[in-house]
Amino acid sequence: MFLVPGFIERFLHRMASPPHFYAITERLMPWLWGIFSLLLLSGLYSGLFLAPPDYQQGESYRIIFIHVPSAWMSLFIYSVMAMAGAIALVWRIKLAEVVAISSAPVGAGFTFIALVTGSLWGKPMWGTWWVWDARLTSELILLFLYLGVIGLYNAIDDKRSASRAVAILALVGVVNIPIIHYSVEWWSTLHQGPTVTKLDKPSIHVSMLIPLLIMAVAFKFYYLIAMLQRAKTEVLVREQNAQWVKSMTEQELAS
Amino acid sequence: MKTGALCFSGTNLSCIRDDRVLFEQLNFTLQQGQALLLEGKNGSGKTSLLRILCGFRLPDSGSLSWCGADINGSEFYEHMAYVGHLDGFKKELTVLENLKVVKALNQPGRFSIEQSLEKLQLAGYDDVLVQALSAGQKRRLSIVRLLMTASALWILDEPFTSLDRQGIALTETLMTEHCANGGMIILTSHHDLNLSGVDLQRINLS
Amino acid sequence: MSLLQAFLAIVRRDLVLAFRRRSEIANPLLFFILIITLFPLGVGAQPKLLQAIAPGIIWVSALLAAMLSLDGLFRSDFDDGSLELLLLSPYPTSVLVLGKITAHWLVTGLPLLLIAPLLALLLGISERALGTLLLTLLLGTPVLSLIGAIGVALTVGLRRGGMLMSLLVLPLYVPVLIFASSAVDMATAGLPVSAQINIMVSILLLALVLTPWPAATALKMSIN
Repeated sequence: MFLVPGFIERFLHRMASPPHFYAITERLMPWLWGIFSLLLLSGLYSGLFLAPPDYQQGESYRIIFIHVPSAWMSLFIYSVMAMAGAIALVWRIKLAEVVAISSAPVGAGFTFIALVTGSLWGKPMWGTWWVWDARLTSELILLFLYLGVIGLYNAIDDKRSASRAVAILALVGVVNIPIIHYSVEWWSTLHQGPTVTKLDKPSIHVSMLIPLLIMAVAFKFYYLIAMLQRAKTEVLVREQNAQWVKSMTEQELAS
Repeated sequence: MKTGALCFSGTNLSCIRDDRVLFEQLNFTLQQGQALLLEGKNGSGKTSLLRILCGFRLPDSGSLSWCGADINGSEFYEHMAYVGHLDGFKKELTVLENLKVVKALNQPGRFSIEQSLEKLQLAGYDDVLVQALSAGQKRRLSIVRLLMTASALWILDEPFTSLDRQGIALTETLMTEHCANGGMIILTSHHDLNLSGVDLQRINLS
Repeated sequence: MSLLQAFLAIVRRDLVLAFRRRSEIANPLLFFILIITLFPLGVGAQPKLLQAIAPGIIWVSALLAAMLSLDGLFRSDFDDGSLELLLLSPYPTSVLVLGKITAHWLVTGLPLLLIAPLLALLLGISERALGTLLLTLLLGTPVLSLIGAIGVALTVGLRRGGMLMSLLVLPLYVPVLIFASSAVDMATAGLPVSAQINIMVSILLLALVLTPWPAATALKMSIN
């Protein structure tokens, strides 16, 4: 925090105060929705209609426009959660706690989508819904890590302690994820089945890459929307006794 | 303990538990030789405040300082000792085995283990398992812990619970002595305190 | 010097306690043997089949036995208040926590090593793989205790934290399971296992350095 320029620090400081956070996200929300819808529509259109069929897999490969960005998001959100957790632990910023815990269900959702789409994609390719492929297995373990975070948060009554617990667990998880990932890769090369996975590193053509990247950015915006929406609710619940919440609800009731 | 003035203070402390504000804007400063009595009815936050003072719980706002520095960056834990509801002794171990662990985990205090046991009239109990002690004897054993470790600041949560009249008088004498030697005490008690000659502050939480 | 004394005092106390409550040592061990006995009953006793899955069986059972024993790591300290005293000690909590983990491993991890030859016999693990099995247990079980300590520390304040703790900890055990059982597998086939062993050594060192701090922080959170 010492190396951050003054105006950013002031901005962060302002954002860290719950009423400001609430007001700013309230104003941002329509914009985020707008950008997300535009990106999603253009991504889906270029992915489903403009991109050519794959010479090997025909049309069924198109599921990667959902699968791959979801898999990226699952890791990305876990790292964001761990970073927010670290900030919450070190500087005790309450908003970082809220961001960390609000990210978890969204991340778990993306992980679940990545698993389901991976399995759907596997059916025509492998002839079975589930193969112990390295990426799917890592994704499954990641889902367990997310569920652990959510379960821990819900199990602890005192929400401030729960946030600290989540921050610690997310940090432990983020250190472990590369090791787990590496060990699973290693394991799958040892126990290589008769089918060779098609999910890893296809040399992808530009016409497929562009929709993929658009979808990836669209998903980031979706994450922002979902996370901020959850964070807003969480802030309201936590600050229900604060003056700004009371006066806001009174205004709502009056109008 | 007598050289260099020690000082423990809290500023603007507040504690919210289950959406209920237990206390707000609480301030105190404790100098050497002083004692602080927390009063209030059940559920008014006395124990919560003591646990905040020990650093177990973070205050919802405000800060604690030891000799001018935040307690986490200071020598606070070398100078404090806590007696809470739980005695912290292993019932399968003997009195002496338990106290040896206490000694290893803390800086040595004014009295040795034997002297402290003697002061609390527990001499000869060294080899007794803690589970064989009565509730009052266990409470005295907790006070032995205060004497044998270097602790200028005693934080005591209902120290007189399950002590008999003689035990209470003994504890009060030890507390008076502690303050006379430049110690500090923060305590809660339902019992009427008799600390003659001690500069006693009171905070009423309610 | 005195930090070392504090560390040793914790180890000694927990060892004496474990010795006085002997069933706590015996139960996970019996559990370990029992699970391994169940496998031949479940999958059939063909020697070929058993031999093929033996490393996996032993290691999965070791993970489960570790899970079962972990609950006792901080539970009694939490209940009787010694955990509060541990946190109030001027010495770094992480070092004291490491002392508790060391004692826990000596009581629950080390016995697994001692009975492993017997189990290897039951499951038909070849003699040349026995050394590797012992080595993986020696390197792997401390990691189970170290990582598990974080999980217990996070859930010790909860009344029914056991199931949740398994959910938190088991995914983190995956690398140990993979490298350890694959090392035993390789050794059975007469292949070199130095890669797996090296990785396990690094995981152990990493865990030794990295786990006590989060465990200590989690305990502070739980004590609240």
